Amino acid sequence: MMEHLLEVNNLEVKFKLRTGGLTAIDKVGFTLDKGERLGIVGESGAGKSVTGFSIINLISKPGYISDGEIIFEGKDLTRVSEDVLRHIRGNRISMIFQDPMMTLNPVFTIGEQMAETILAHKNISRKDALEISVEKLRQVHIPSPETRLNQYPHEFSGGMRQRIVIAIALLLDPAIIIADEPTTALDVTIQAEIMELLLELCEKNETGLILITHDLGVVSQVTEKIAVMYAGRIVEIGSTENIVANPLHPYTRGLIKALPGSRGTGEKLYQIPGSMPNLTEMPKGCAFHPRCELAEGECFTTVPELMQRGNFRRLAACHKV
Amino acid sequence: MHRENRLVTINKLVKKFDISGGFLDQLKFENKKIVRKKTFVHAVNDVSFTVNKGEILSVVGESGCGKSTLARVVMGLYKPWSGEIFYKDKRIDNLDNSQMLSYRKKMQMIFQDPYASLNPRMTVKKTLEEPLRFHEPSISNSEIEEKVMYVMEQVGVNPNWANRYPHEFSGGQRQRVSIARALMVDPEFIVADEPISALDVSIQAQILNLLMDARDNFGLTYMLITHDLSVVEHISTRVCVMYLGTVCEIAPVKNIFSNPLHPYTSALLSAIPKPGAKKKEHIKLKGEVPTPIVLPTGCVFHTRCLYADERCRQEIPKPMSYDNGQSYVACHGVEEKRI
Repeated sequence: MMEHLLEVNNLEVKFKLRTGGLTAIDKVGFTLDKGERLGIVGESGAGKSVTGFSIINLISKPGYISDGEIIFEGKDLTRVSEDVLRHIRGNRISMIFQDPMMTLNPVFTIGEQMAETILAHKNISRKDALEISVEKLRQVHIPSPETRLNQYPHEFSGGMRQRIVIAIALLLDPAIIIADEPTTALDVTIQAEIMELLLELCEKNETGLILITHDLGVVSQVTEKIAVMYAGRIVEIGSTENIVANPLHPYTRGLIKALPGSRGTGEKLYQIPGSMPNLTEMPKGCAFHPRCELAEGECFTTVPELMQRGNFRRLAACHKV
Repeated sequence: MHRENRLVTINKLVKKFDISGGFLDQLKFENKKIVRKKTFVHAVNDVSFTVNKGEILSVVGESGCGKSTLARVVMGLYKPWSGEIFYKDKRIDNLDNSQMLSYRKKMQMIFQDPYASLNPRMTVKKTLEEPLRFHEPSISNSEIEEKVMYVMEQVGVNPNWANRYPHEFSGGQRQRVSIARALMVDPEFIVADEPISALDVSIQAQILNLLMDARDNFGLTYMLITHDLSVVEHISTRVCVMYLGTVCEIAPVKNIFSNPLHPYTSALLSAIPKPGAKKKEHIKLKGEVPTPIVLPTGCVFHTRCLYADERCRQEIPKPMSYDNGQSYVACHGVEEKRI
């Protein structure tokens, strides 16, 4: 069997609260191969961002990784020292965040911020670092990158800023990019452009991509694999094509059926009743059962395992599949 | 369309915001002289359209295109710079506050963020009672109570929770409460400004269904402001596409989605990602939206349009009617039949 680029097994992240513990993500596992693109979808609070952050151990207190392993290039990232992690962050695995205005430092020029990233990981001269920066800016289609390098973030539009953030993420040719809602703050026409750019660059450099989003439309056009998260767990994982065409888990099915456009104009949309449970008051058994039409018997008592169900070539966590 | 079908008519509406600041900020040095210059944001430029009874007119466009400003001007929350707004046959943009009251009751608004638009210190019951007490002071307490219970039931919020505060509700429930507040005074016309974009995906369908049910049960007419084109396709009867404060195209929803005429509409439609659909080539626009402070000459879209020629750079296109008068498009290229 080929070794995976990234392997996450049984990952569990907890938050210590005054009122007791809270499990933000529970038994999450997936793999990513070289150049593969995985989408993590779910509602806010489903644990998708926590999953993304925990890969490079960016969980801040009171949160901590309580169990599981994250194997990247032969190392278990949950066990390595902070020094090793620092060498991986931004270098081998980089991250793109939602709001480019928050990610870029407003008091430094783009060039300084880019050079800083390179110099943190590579022993080269500042001049060479700036040269690499210009090259990367050109790759993300920023016009006249040499002059742009000396400008501050506020001198760029939202779309341009997000491209700069992508350029920074690509600076050291990482093996994996984790993009957390990279286009949510942008307009539709700009969103399409940014996604296309990200896709093109990942394909060209064979970079793995973990795309965290709530937008099923975006995910289905960019990724090869989808993991659907609900209340801290992966409820279904498989190839994008299969999941979109034939979702197994009732939650995934509901999400796809509820999209406007899945039924005739003006007809009532399918709706999932209720809303996601609070993580501190998780229902017994399957977390989705209070909203599920099919729930019966063991759904109320036992948490379903994420495993292959029937002859379907993907994993689902549901007793009724 | 028949005249009697018109509910709200907007005629040559213009809204500018003066951002020139104080007197000293306005002074500029030009040709060795000090001149006083005002700076404006041109949010809505010469917009005209009609909302007919019972329809859902969606206004779409990117952020900053003036769609929310348009909604607020129509509601009377901003005074228009010039132009006219009619409710049925009565001009309402020049009324004073007391004359406007009876129209305020007929026109209600639903806002984007249910976390910001509900008063955190008022119980749901108080929030819902307030508009009714204000508009109909003579109504008795028991009647108000009855109405609150009825409307809460209609929007799917358990009436037993009337004495709870907004923070005790989830986002979707809060949006139901703000819809209930709009419905309390039996309005005829509702302006909904991005009513679902702050909500989670699994909740969005619930609220869209509620809006459609409310239209049928209360006989409402909507003007829906949104940037989400798949919602537009599902819910609206007509669509108005805006770019930089100007209307590019108004057409029935079928025509817009099957045969968009304006090049901006085509670009916007090609940008929606749809699950399941094979990736289609999206039409790439040049550059980014120009600032509304200095509008481009001629057609506002010419700086990004793939088909722009000399005429587009010089002359502002007028809306012309197409498809037997169902659609209006402002584009020289469409008029000359070269697009």
